[in-house]
Amino acid sequence: MNELPQQLVNGLLLGSMYGLVAVGYTMVYGIVQLINFAHGEIFMTGGFGALTVWLILPGGTTMWVALPLMIIGAVLVATTIAIGAERFAYRPLRGGPRLAPLITAIGLSLALQYAVWVWYPEAKSARTFPQIPGGSIELGPITIQTGDVFLLIAAPICMAFLAFFVMRTRTGRGMQATAQDPDTAKLMGVNTDRIIVIAFALGAAMAAVGAVAYGLKYGVVDYKMGFLLGLKAFTAAVLGGIGNIYGAMLGGVVLGVAETMATAYISHIPGMEQLGGQSWADVWAFVLLIVVLLARPQGLLGERVADRA
Amino acid sequence: MRNRSMLILTTAVTAGALTLTACGSRDDKDGAAKDGDTGNVTVTIGLDAPLTGELSALGLGIKNSADLAVKTANKKEYVKGVTFKLESLDDQAQPSAGQQNATKFVADKTVLGVVGPLNSGVAEAMQKVFDDAKLAQVSPANTNPALSQGVNWASGDKKRGYKSYFRTATTDAIQGPFAAQYVFNEAKKTKAFIIDDKKTYGAGLAGTFKGEFEKLGGKVLGTEHINPDTKDFSAVATKVKSSGADVVYYGGEYPAAGPLAKQIKEAGAKVVVVGGDALFSPEYVKLAGATAAEGDFATSVGAPIESLASAKDFLADYKTGGYKEAYEAYGGYSYDSTWAIIEAVKKVVDGNGGKLPDDARAKVVEAVQGVSFEGVSGKVSFDEFGDTTNKQLTVYKVEGGAFKPVKSGTFGG
Repeated sequence: MNELPQQLVNGLLLGSMYGLVAVGYTMVYGIVQLINFAHGEIFMTGGFGALTVWLILPGGTTMWVALPLMIIGAVLVATTIAIGAERFAYRPLRGGPRLAPLITAIGLSLALQYAVWVWYPEAKSARTFPQIPGGSIELGPITIQTGDVFLLIAAPICMAFLAFFVMRTRTGRGMQATAQDPDTAKLMGVNTDRIIVIAFALGAAMAAVGAVAYGLKYGVVDYKMGFLLGLKAFTAAVLGGIGNIYGAMLGGVVLGVAETMATAYISHIPGMEQLGGQSWADVWAFVLLIVVLLARPQGLLGERVADRA
Repeated sequence: MRNRSMLILTTAVTAGALTLTACGSRDDKDGAAKDGDTGNVTVTIGLDAPLTGELSALGLGIKNSADLAVKTANKKEYVKGVTFKLESLDDQAQPSAGQQNATKFVADKTVLGVVGPLNSGVAEAMQKVFDDAKLAQVSPANTNPALSQGVNWASGDKKRGYKSYFRTATTDAIQGPFAAQYVFNEAKKTKAFIIDDKKTYGAGLAGTFKGEFEKLGGKVLGTEHINPDTKDFSAVATKVKSSGADVVYYGGEYPAAGPLAKQIKEAGAKVVVVGGDALFSPEYVKLAGATAAEGDFATSVGAPIESLASAKDFLADYKTGGYKEAYEAYGGYSYDSTWAIIEAVKKVVDGNGGKLPDDARAKVVEAVQGVSFEGVSGKVSFDEFGDTTNKQLTVYKVEGGAFKPVKSGTFGG
């Protein structure tokens, strides 16, 4: 049986999730040149936000009613934490040395992880996430799970919404202006503080949708889920060209497909049996990143910009 | 100025958050060696297991069962003049944390024996520390053969590395082949896909399963190694499906096995998933989903303790003990491991006129080697490698959303 179409779909799904998280890294970086390492944890809190909504809802609520409420819950929790982080952890350090906010981000990431670990009931081990009922959907050689359908629909909608928002709305143009030159944007009447908050909130909302998709796809959420995924999403953002939202989406999909292909096919190459399989997929994903960065240091869609420092 | 006050507030909040997460305070144990009034000596039994994290369900079961053994010994005044105390440390299933804990136990002079750990990989990191200090270690759950029989055990060159290491659990040298025989002979599955997580336990188990399965005439259609930290196994699931295998053997633990089984079944592969004792947990069924896990097998060490006459008291006492968490797969073994240390301390104390000798640790190690008593899981004694002489195993099958025992036996190969 030819498994290529299925593996491509697997990679596309994984990549869509990376992409949803990666846009958060890239937007914040594009505007304040900050690598928000706590973004993976904001993704994680979104997952727990959705789970909380599910636990509050009376038992027996159908997913059709619960899911929209869970998404709202996830987005609310994640954006609140992101806005709080921006206000209390990053804004006071703005204008300070570059490394200060970076270290703060790492600290915040650990603080969020262990806050959930300590205070969320039974979060010391993985918690099960509600599933969309129904079997899988067969399309020729491809099998798609009900949980994946959400990701397949939500990811493009989110991306389209984000693209529209950034390119067409007044606030979005304000974001672009701030990214290009914050001081001049300020002189032109753009409220840059507000723009920065919006960038954090939008990124968090996308990550929250990603977290709901994660829960539906894998059936579990845990306090560590944001760490590795955040790292991968950050990689995707760099791969696509950090600062460019289309780049983040493309980078996510490329990374997801690359990992899946490495798992599926590397071990079939004669002499490479030992270097294939899922445990080596990360190695190949990073090999790809290095190759891309050697050829295009600015990433796939990034523009070459003079260092502002 | 405004910015400055903001900075102070932020620092305070962050510091507060970090302090709260780090509040793992430990009891003051200095001067615990003697209770002046009664003349009682306090002997500490250390316990190391993952008490937090993904494997905490198993770890807490181990801790509670050991706690029960200590309380029972104290209540019965099993060793005259000695009060036992359990000191539990969390290794989070990390070898580095386990080694640190081992060092702490060694430094505490009242510790005469340690129960644990759960993970074979953690045990590897602890063994030498304990052996150098001649401190007895009895694991209720380690199943990797190399821990007691040396790295070349498979080729027949068995050599015991550490005189202080004992275990009450049966090894994978028996568990993997036992599963292979059941899968091939009784479940009539002949085409296997073998997956492991590359850890000491998982890779060892998968290796022994593969050897026996091929010897019986089964075909291995593919092997795969996964990274248990990720949750996306869709690419592996697709490989399993297209390989046409009818059974997947997974060497690893339930936190990864649950989502892996879920994704394999969802991909449309017509397989049953089979694994070792680290799959034998209600958590596995929970993580995989009851419908996906239906029909899956897991082998586990010993016979189901619910069915043993010797375990009746344990089950009743565990209930009255009011423990919040279930005793899980290793409860009986943990009780027996703890009791083996208690028994050894008794022998040492009795042999020294009712007092602890100066070289109590070394004497306890010798005494553990010689123990023989009727425990929860059956007769408890150790062979020349420190392995249990009780070689019983049981196959469990998921039926109606829970593991049910289907076959108990000893491996005769």
